[in-house]
Amino acid sequence: MALKIVKGSIDRMFDKNLQDLVRGIRNHKEDEAKYISTCIDEIKQELKQDNIAVKANAVCKLTYLQMLGYDVSWAAFNIVEVMSSSKFTYKVSCSQLQLQSVDAVLITTIINSVSLPLVTQDLSSPNQYDTGVALTGLSCFVTPDLARDLASDIMTLMSHTKPYIRKKAVLIMYKVFLKYPESLRPAFPRLKEKLEDPDPGVQSAAVNVICELARRNPKNYLSLAPLFFKLMTSSTNNWVLIKIIKLFGALTPLEPRLGKKLIEPLTNLIHRALDLLYGMVSKKNLMEIVKKLMLHVDKAEGTTYRDELLTKIIDICSQSNYQYITNFEWYISILVELTRLEGTRHGHLIASQMLDVAIRVKAIRVFAVAQMATLLDNGHLLTGNMQRNGICEVLYAAAWICGEFSEHLEDPMQTLEAMLRPKVATLPGHIQAVYVQNAAKLFATVLRKQEGTTDSLAAQETSQLLIDRLPLFVQSANLEVQERASCILQLVKYIQKLQQKEVEVAEEVTALFAGELNPVAPKAQKKVPVPDGLDLDAWINEPPSESESEDEKPKAIFTKEEPKHTRPRHTEVDEKELARRREARKQEQANNPFYIKTSPSSQKVYQDQPGVEHIPVVQIDLSVPLKVPGMPMSDQYLKLEEERRQKERSERKKKEKKKKREKHGRGRRADSGPESEEDITPAHHVDIVTEEMPEVCWVLLQSGYFIPQVMSAQFLFQKSTKHKKKKQKKEKEEKEKKKKKKHHHHHHHHHHHLHSADESVQNGTVEEEEEPLPVRTWPSLLTHVYDVQGNLQDGSQVVVSVIFENKTDHFLKSMEFNVLDSLNSKLQRPEGSSPHDGLAVPFQLPPGVSNEARFVFSVQSIVMPQKLKGTLTFIVKTEDASTHEKLDFKLHFTCTSYLITTPCYSDAYAKLLESGELKSSSLKLEGVIMPFHHLLARICFHHHFSVVERIDSCASMYSRSIQGHHVCLLVKTVSTRPPYISSLLL
Amino acid sequence: MQFMLLFSRQGKLRLQKWYVPLSDKEKKKITRELVQTVLARKPKMCSFLEWRDLKIVYKRYASLYFCCAIEDQDNELITLEIIHRYVELLDKYFGSVCELDIIFNFEKAYFILDEFLLGGEAQETSKKNVLKAIEQADLLQEVCCSLPSS
Repeated sequence: MALKIVKGSIDRMFDKNLQDLVRGIRNHKEDEAKYISTCIDEIKQELKQDNIAVKANAVCKLTYLQMLGYDVSWAAFNIVEVMSSSKFTYKVSCSQLQLQSVDAVLITTIINSVSLPLVTQDLSSPNQYDTGVALTGLSCFVTPDLARDLASDIMTLMSHTKPYIRKKAVLIMYKVFLKYPESLRPAFPRLKEKLEDPDPGVQSAAVNVICELARRNPKNYLSLAPLFFKLMTSSTNNWVLIKIIKLFGALTPLEPRLGKKLIEPLTNLIHRALDLLYGMVSKKNLMEIVKKLMLHVDKAEGTTYRDELLTKIIDICSQSNYQYITNFEWYISILVELTRLEGTRHGHLIASQMLDVAIRVKAIRVFAVAQMATLLDNGHLLTGNMQRNGICEVLYAAAWICGEFSEHLEDPMQTLEAMLRPKVATLPGHIQAVYVQNAAKLFATVLRKQEGTTDSLAAQETSQLLIDRLPLFVQSANLEVQERASCILQLVKYIQKLQQKEVEVAEEVTALFAGELNPVAPKAQKKVPVPDGLDLDAWINEPPSESESEDEKPKAIFTKEEPKHTRPRHTEVDEKELARRREARKQEQANNPFYIKTSPSSQKVYQDQPGVEHIPVVQIDLSVPLKVPGMPMSDQYLKLEEERRQKERSERKKKEKKKKREKHGRGRRADSGPESEEDITPAHHVDIVTEEMPEVCWVLLQSGYFIPQVMSAQFLFQKSTKHKKKKQKKEKEEKEKKKKKKHHHHHHHHHHHLHSADESVQNGTVEEEEEPLPVRTWPSLLTHVYDVQGNLQDGSQVVVSVIFENKTDHFLKSMEFNVLDSLNSKLQRPEGSSPHDGLAVPFQLPPGVSNEARFVFSVQSIVMPQKLKGTLTFIVKTEDASTHEKLDFKLHFTCTSYLITTPCYSDAYAKLLESGELKSSSLKLEGVIMPFHHLLARICFHHHFSVVERIDSCASMYSRSIQGHHVCLLVKTVSTRPPYISSLLL
Repeated sequence: MQFMLLFSRQGKLRLQKWYVPLSDKEKKKITRELVQTVLARKPKMCSFLEWRDLKIVYKRYASLYFCCAIEDQDNELITLEIIHRYVELLDKYFGSVCELDIIFNFEKAYFILDEFLLGGEAQETSKKNVLKAIEQADLLQEVCCSLPSS
């Protein structure tokens, strides 16, 4: 036995296999027939052998020969024999052969007599691929007899557990149905079931079969329409969709209601096709494509669909600056044709295209004007029907083009006449206004022509025409129309008087509208150089004196303040933009009744009913408005007004600063951060931005939020820790600064970050309840400005708004923001994500663009400052590659971040102090040379305190945290010594 | 679909699949006629033509013509899509397929076609599933070959 196997294998080694045969045939190109006949002899020998493997090999080769056109039907019996073997490979090749080699008659007999049991045996084989092969083979030679005999077997297979088999069985059933239609009725329910088969392959096979069947006899399949409708709206498989749409094509003639239902999903599909069109147009095929689309526009029944086509046509034509249009006359004609559409909403779009083309393509004007004149002449067609008023917008363009380029008009008189028809008065006001104005332009042109021909009477008649017709417009309800009409009417009357005196006026009338209109790119203004000697920053009038703004302050505490010498600030476009956005946000919050603004009731214990006059509005002259929170709703108007004034003031201020900057700014900017400490000392006044920032930080300076941290929060909340204070003092001594320690701290900050991590951190205060606004910059990569805000509704939450600005030339995407949680502060992540997951920033950044994202942090304790480390990962997309980048940053939450400026009256304050519930600590600061009121102002501004009372060089101050802690602060100057600060904390 | 033919630029038939029972003689006649007609067409001419009462959809990929005959109501574009999908399948299976691949492994080409089309209708629209089925079958075949039958 074993020997036999070995022998068989060795035999096979010397046999030609299929590959050899193919190779051999290719090598015997000249005597192919001869070679093949020897091969066939060999195959005959092989088929006589016992070894089924050898036979199979022979059959394999026969397959190939058969394909080349040789008759192999003599081997049919052997082929079936091999097919009946249990080995998969052999069957595969046989199933191929059966199709091709054996003619139909032979196969029927053979299969019926010999192989039917074999095939059915295969059909129930446990191996899905065996069954599969049997089915595939069967698919090619289904005869009516075979179909009848196998129908029930195949039907059973339609419910096979393997989708692979189900799929094939479903498809074969189609062939069976065709050959043996009686089988359809019993099989149909099962087939219908397959439409909802969980396997998409089986589903699509079923759709296929039913669609094909339905095409032959649609009536019987109407009941399936809802099912197919569902499939059509839910399926994403285009193959299936095409079949279903074909099926509906057959069904709709039988059921008209279906058509209506189909409109929506079908238009969706069509839109996708239209989008494709957009991408495939070229100069060559544009006209052809648009022509086809215009045909569809004519045929389209639904207005929506037609409008969609219309916009697509215009989109396609106007894309990339009319790149694909080679003939603008054609385009104008298309636009004019489009105006004939009934009931379109896109008159405006067409009008703007007409204007755009006529203005920008000079060569087309003659043609355009002629077309527009015709349009005006037939204006009544467009306005005739009230429903069509969308399209009358094109008359706007037509009138304007005819007026502006009237020199190209063939018969301006006729157009003028058309524009002054009484019917025009039924047009919308803005169109009438254009009509009136352009009638005047036309009038000028007409006069010129008529005066040239010495026909002075004609000219006078023209004037008379205007005088007769214009009063209609003078009576218009539309102000614009009325105003223009009466103005022009008087002008014409005057002209007529001159004409009667035989004065030539055409020249002068034309001069009214002289000058050519040129298209200007949106950014063209930037290219205009500033003329020599023009100083855009110079004051035209003397700037209003500072004292004026001081006057506005109601009984300010710091009345003795001298006018400030503020340091220059850089302004750039985005400064205003940022400020405006923030302002808008605040405004929205303030106006939102659901936004809790007032302090919690605990406050009330120490407070009388707050009234406007009680509110200790601390007016500090800062460039950023300092809003007062906690006012009742009724005071909002006041607040708005206040803000308005402050805004004005700050604007004035900004201008002033800009001016100053011109003198000092430039040189200093070059200084790097840390060295600048020397600079700071002398001119370090109340506001902001005084420190010199390295280049990278300028954006922030300009942002208007950026104000140095006057005092680090540890100061105010220092309940304990003497050593800490000592440490701070030490630091101070080390630096031998004559400044307040806070500056120290601040600079220290700077120093560290700028140099170690190429980033800077700045804290500043903005308006109202907000908070230090530290800022980080990644030079030339990405800028981050962030702002920490206490969440007023929830004392344990802080909202950090981060503004990302892309400073690279590349596209940034897939940004992920992640912060390492500390025990105290945690980034709020969506439920179910782990504490190490980053939060996706919900936008991408094209170069130069900035956007804001907000992140919520939950904070447990607010009595200690926080520093959180985080990373931002993002993908930089350059032209040829994209790289993954990472940036580390730190977020600083200072204690004063959580404070809210809250007014307090002296009696309530006294009660609070007497209550004995406050803990206290004190701190002495040396080297403060700043005037006392400046100091107070800074504390108020940057740390959200309000002054309760001030007596000479002492002041008591109050603030409240988001969690309702009372913070009382007493500031004292000890003779010539620096102020002495003590703080109390409840 | 009635049948699919693959032939080279020289007019050599590389693969044929008939979904309707026809006699060999008839098949040969059709093949000869179609090969001639299609090869005579210029490259810029339309890929669809009417032939007898059928429509012929063909597309040339390198030196090979893929040619399908469909019925009157069938859609030509989807047939073109089917041809392309089949080429994609071949390409994926053989790895940048060429004519020689189909010559020497024509049974594989048939097998792929059988997994993709059945009885002239698209059977499986997912490329992944088709290739999975073929891989499985290949595996099965290898097992068979390594254990020759007695």
